[in-house]
Amino acid sequence: MSSKDKGIHPYIPNSVPETKAKMMAEIGIKDIEELYADIPEHLRFKGKLNLPEALPSEYDLKRHLETILSKNQSAKDNLNFLGGGCWQHYVPAICDEINQRSEFLTAYAGEPYEDQGRFQALFEYESLMAELLDLDVVNVPTYDWCQAASTTIRMAGRITRRQEALVSDTVSPERLAAIRNYCHPVMRVKLVKHCPQTGVLDLDDLQAKISPATAGVYFENPSYLGFIELQGDLISEMAHNQGALSLVGIDPISLGVILPPSQYGADIVCGDIQGLGVHLNFGGGLGGFIATRDEERYVMEYPSRLFGITKTSREGEYGFGDVAYERTSFAEREEGKEFVGTHAALWGITAAVYLSLMGPRGMQELGQVIMQKSQYAMKRLSEIPGIKAPRFVCPHFKEFVVDFNGLGMKVKDINQALLAKKIFGGRDLSSEFPYLGESALYCVTEIHTKEDLDCLTQALSEVVSPNQKD
Amino acid sequence: MEETMTEEKKIKVRNFHQAKWDEPVIFELSVEGERGIRIPEVEKDIEDQIGDSLSVLPEKMRRHQAPALPEISQMRVLKHFLRLSQQCLGADLNVDIGQGTCTMKYNPKINEVLARLPEVTELHPGQDESTVQGALEIIYKLDTYLREISGLDQFTFQPGGGSAAILAMASIIHAFHETRGEADQRDEIITTIFSHPSDAAAAAVKGFKLTTLYPNEDGLPDVEALHKAVSERTAGLLITNPEDTGIFNPKIDQFTKIIHQAGGLCGYDQANANGILGITRASEADFDLCFFNLHKTFSSPHGCGGPAVGALGVKEKLKDYLPVPIVEYSDDKYTLNYDLPNSIGKVRAYLGAFPVILKAYSWIMSLGAEGLKEVAQVAVLNNNYVLNKIRKLRGARAPYAVGRHRIEQVRYSWEKLTEETGVTTEDVICRMADFGFHLWTSHHPFIVPEPFTIEPTESYSKEELDEYIAGLEKIVEEAYKNPEKVKNAPHQSVVHKIDQSPLDDPEKWAITWRAYLKKHGDKRD
Repeated sequence: MSSKDKGIHPYIPNSVPETKAKMMAEIGIKDIEELYADIPEHLRFKGKLNLPEALPSEYDLKRHLETILSKNQSAKDNLNFLGGGCWQHYVPAICDEINQRSEFLTAYAGEPYEDQGRFQALFEYESLMAELLDLDVVNVPTYDWCQAASTTIRMAGRITRRQEALVSDTVSPERLAAIRNYCHPVMRVKLVKHCPQTGVLDLDDLQAKISPATAGVYFENPSYLGFIELQGDLISEMAHNQGALSLVGIDPISLGVILPPSQYGADIVCGDIQGLGVHLNFGGGLGGFIATRDEERYVMEYPSRLFGITKTSREGEYGFGDVAYERTSFAEREEGKEFVGTHAALWGITAAVYLSLMGPRGMQELGQVIMQKSQYAMKRLSEIPGIKAPRFVCPHFKEFVVDFNGLGMKVKDINQALLAKKIFGGRDLSSEFPYLGESALYCVTEIHTKEDLDCLTQALSEVVSPNQKD
Repeated sequence: MEETMTEEKKIKVRNFHQAKWDEPVIFELSVEGERGIRIPEVEKDIEDQIGDSLSVLPEKMRRHQAPALPEISQMRVLKHFLRLSQQCLGADLNVDIGQGTCTMKYNPKINEVLARLPEVTELHPGQDESTVQGALEIIYKLDTYLREISGLDQFTFQPGGGSAAILAMASIIHAFHETRGEADQRDEIITTIFSHPSDAAAAAVKGFKLTTLYPNEDGLPDVEALHKAVSERTAGLLITNPEDTGIFNPKIDQFTKIIHQAGGLCGYDQANANGILGITRASEADFDLCFFNLHKTFSSPHGCGGPAVGALGVKEKLKDYLPVPIVEYSDDKYTLNYDLPNSIGKVRAYLGAFPVILKAYSWIMSLGAEGLKEVAQVAVLNNNYVLNKIRKLRGARAPYAVGRHRIEQVRYSWEKLTEETGVTTEDVICRMADFGFHLWTSHHPFIVPEPFTIEPTESYSKEELDEYIAGLEKIVEEAYKNPEKVKNAPHQSVVHKIDQSPLDDPEKWAITWRAYLKKHGDKRD
């Protein structure tokens, strides 16, 4: 045993031998081993765990982690055009100021009496999202959009008592994989085609597939591929005509300028809140939301916590608590709705801070700025011979497919060349959507300056120039 | 300052008072025209070339009326949320042992500092593998450490919490039987009532029927009952051990044997493994799958309820069923493997909540093998120390396993206190808030009447444990002398007794401010 093994670890106060001895005496044991009397010998792990030598010094630990992390190249030091459900937006300083507060960061499941602030902050999150979405019910965040979309479909299944969901074939393949796993074997998932030229849902195909077995039609707006679905009202109407629900996944940051789905007939709306004040975090900043009208048959199908506002025994005082707790798995185990547990609450509080800072005009201006910049990027990229942006003839929000098929180059190679110029090129779609050939999904937000976009254009021109045919 | 005698040292019960700001709901702070933050300007060149950009949208897709968000200046937004934070009692401020089953331990600050480096926060999950070698290294190494801690062969960090890990386990069990053509036949999962509610609930999401075993007089699920429950319909077992009672099931290997003989798979809920690190493992008990909550045992903070990770491990034979991708290492490079032929696909986007993974890695590195065992032993010591104190409290008892030691937590009962004084667990909870403490009831259903569950972990000093006990002692004393004092609690909390009834009434519940205004009068008029 090395000398440092004998030290008291700062995280374990009662390792102090005198303290241990006192506690053991009080319990009436001579050896801590006695406390494990219930674990039989043959179930014991006999050896010593084969783990690296400990770094109990905080400084040593920091150096160790920093050394490993320095092998990463971040979107701060590179020009990033990756999106695809995890987006680089500006994070206001106050968002981080609030979410690193010990009181929020280390709270969990306190009662409304000592954790009133947690309840109120998440109620406010629900309320702010509700204004953005123009709907009266929003849940405490679930894990991410994958889960939010999956639950949205399962909720539709329970509400309509039907077992089939129709899903647009332009949703993110990752999300579709999660939806398929979450629905199987209780619900069937059938894909609906899109129009190859514009990307929007193929209404003839929808008409052919929708039936009295359809629980809901799920599509996304803006779609994973960036274009805006322009037929939301028609899709909703077709769903409703069959007694099915209209289910729409969205990027909430678009709602300053784009019509919220509730205004074109959506019954359940879901999406991800990561863009609302949470860093990329290598995908660890995701948080899913689900929203509906305030109707009992919808509210009672949520699996999530729903924090509501109420009265207290003191006149005029706000109290907060769980709405219809009995529907949850916490109360009813397998009889509850799906399940609830630890999801992404801290990002909900962060999104509340973000939306409070942004206000109505902030969200409007942001939506417009993003569209201006992404349109500028598409325009500039299209000037490069052999490149087509956007691939789909349709209005776009912040993401768009760049078509490199005219060049005879692989996106993989283009992106490697861009990386050498400190640019993270768009997501390679060649395996996710093989029919798009060599295409990539680019994301442009308010953080990109004209200089950044010109730099991308210049870099791409240089990368592809040997392959240009004209 | 009120005092209770404990041992040789006087332990003080705090005359605590949380900040009470009477803070309005954020919408009430709105002043037309105020701004919280400004958006980056668009360069004139872009504006000249593109125009307002919105004209590309068909009229029917344009939002003309701005969302009715409040308009608040920056400092006031900050102040509002800071005030709300002061009305929230995180584990950093609390002796947070009253939230049993959740392992409310110290969340080291150094890990927060590391998780906020741009090499973490500004990492996009779609980046080229060559640019995220540090992140992949941490994921891979944590995987290998958890293999060692569990004895299983491969981990994924995709599940966003313990319940998501259970869903993934149930999905793998389903897929496993499906590849054998037995999925329709094997549609039953067995669990126990003292396993987490999600062990039952998440399995039901996958279409399984549940059989729930109840405890015998020792507090343990009965082997005979299990024998009766298994059949050719058995798909698997999802079980917590130690269960919520803190009693370790010594026959756990018989359980797995019986399930295996019936053709099922066994999933071990090790969400909370804090008392058994380095002591006993999933592999010794012959489990096929297990999961750890990195936000419990492995120190990542709970964040008011996430972000989190349910780290899911499997035996080699189930590796091909894991969600994709998994991180692999060869030729000095970390890579993503998407090629798992029987994969259940995805349970979450990308690779999981990386900052949580990083914090767990850092915590293990700080402690090492001996440190982890010390964590377990001291957590168990602390628990039995508290158990010994609570057993002596009038009105309290620890059902089952009488006279025996427990592992990391104990489910107690105030049944006698309620019978003798009318004071319920809910009342005690409210009164504990007056002393700056949190106490929780327990998972439903309340098999143990008037339950409460305490899990001291390794993080709190003996004096802090004594202080918590002193709070309980004080309340017991009050309950017998002046029960109204307890029943009318909290006296010094942020809020008074909450009226639950509107929250269960569809006509009155208000889940958002706009719903509240509609149902209870528009204060904006």
